[in-house]
Amino acid sequence: MKVAVLALQGAFIEHEQMLQRLGVETTEVRNLDDWQQYVQSIGTNDQARLIIPGGESTAMTRIIRDEGLYQPIRQAILEGMPVLGTCAGLIMLDDQHLGTMDIQVRRNAYGRQLGSFNHVADVQEIGHSFPMTYIRAPYIESVGPAVQVLAEVDGHIVAARQGRQLVCAFHPELTSDTRLHEYFVQL
Amino acid sequence: MEDRTQLNRQLAQMLKGGVIMDVTTPEQARIAEAAGACAVMALERIPADIRAAGGVSRMSDPKMIKGIQESVTIPVMAKCRIGHFVEAQILEAIEIDYIDESEVLSPADDVYHIDKRQFKVPFVCGAKDLGEALRRINEGATMIRTKGEPGTGDVIQAVRHMRKMQSEIRRLSSMSEDELYEAAKQLAVPYELVRYVHDNGRLPVVNFAAGGVATPADAALMMQLGAEGVFVGSGIFKSGDPAKRAQAIVKAVTNYQNPAILAELSEDLGEAMVGINEQEIALLMAERGK
Repeated sequence: MKVAVLALQGAFIEHEQMLQRLGVETTEVRNLDDWQQYVQSIGTNDQARLIIPGGESTAMTRIIRDEGLYQPIRQAILEGMPVLGTCAGLIMLDDQHLGTMDIQVRRNAYGRQLGSFNHVADVQEIGHSFPMTYIRAPYIESVGPAVQVLAEVDGHIVAARQGRQLVCAFHPELTSDTRLHEYFVQL
Repeated sequence: MEDRTQLNRQLAQMLKGGVIMDVTTPEQARIAEAAGACAVMALERIPADIRAAGGVSRMSDPKMIKGIQESVTIPVMAKCRIGHFVEAQILEAIEIDYIDESEVLSPADDVYHIDKRQFKVPFVCGAKDLGEALRRINEGATMIRTKGEPGTGDVIQAVRHMRKMQSEIRRLSSMSEDELYEAAKQLAVPYELVRYVHDNGRLPVVNFAAGGVATPADAALMMQLGAEGVFVGSGIFKSGDPAKRAQAIVKAVTNYQNPAILAELSEDLGEAMVGINEQEIALLMAERGK
């Protein structure tokens, strides 16, 4: 198995390190060529998977559009490619950006950096006491009927799944807990 | 490690692979954000103008910084003078996302840097070599940048600082364990930090390039030399077409190892900032605060 990590900006190396710990190969996607090569390299017994990391969603949106990555990635997700979006990656999948998930997101929902925090909570399907790091994080304000809510903190949705799209407002790649990544590679 | 320090180091991790741009107005901030900046540095005068104006240069008016905070959703940074912990308290009070304790402003203290561990808000500090970087980290900085020579459009000092830091990191990595105590003594930093660099082959915090970056090629050069992202000060809004140059530098940082893309990005950018050679300047800002 080889997982593509969108490497335009942000904490993509941390996701790669997480997958390497699980013995999963990774490749960085920085432009359309990288993406096309990755898709072609996937054999018929395997399938493409993508991680959209944390970072700044405005920066990623700018580059994803200019590099011609917007349509092919959107198309692949709509055709059922598993995708994991963390923090900015969650924002990228919402109805205002790639629009593949039926979620409405509030950006910088906890305010500026002074509002960043750590927390521990259960995540459905993934397990108990999951460590959660929130950095200038968003949360999900509302979801459509196809979306399964996986975790809530203080009444706000912080993790959700729609088909093979998995999102969280926190950063599992910044902790040593690999459970969420294990779940993703089995989606 | 304390929770807050960890969270502040992690915000810097989210900025990696990105460009932080100096802006002086809400309009410039919006141009920077639209171009794909991962953060902006709010200041009254960009370094080239600070250099030209001379005199004492201080923290910016909080009202001006707030205007920029309200105009963008990306993180907003601001500068305080080296050692001026009250300017830092003021910036914390307006909930700035990152404070740059910066040699670009006139130093307020020629002996002590700010005790950054007393703050909840994160700090980035400049460093010319590994010793300076680790001393700032020991004081609580959660992000490091090269000092470069701000406002010149000349990348030579940023290159010198980054090369020196990387070569010192490589030297530490190859030392035997019993040599680390002497290395800590010579660098004038705690053993634990030396040990971290030896074990991990990198600083314990994110390390950006700053000073004199004016073109997509400059930005990619700094990335290839080991920077994890780039600050661009005067280089963007002192150039002919700021929006286009800003976008080009953002994409150059993403595709820093791809000469074909860099060639495309470098085309037709209009006039770059004029720049001053290192030898032509009377005031070396990088010499402030060691």
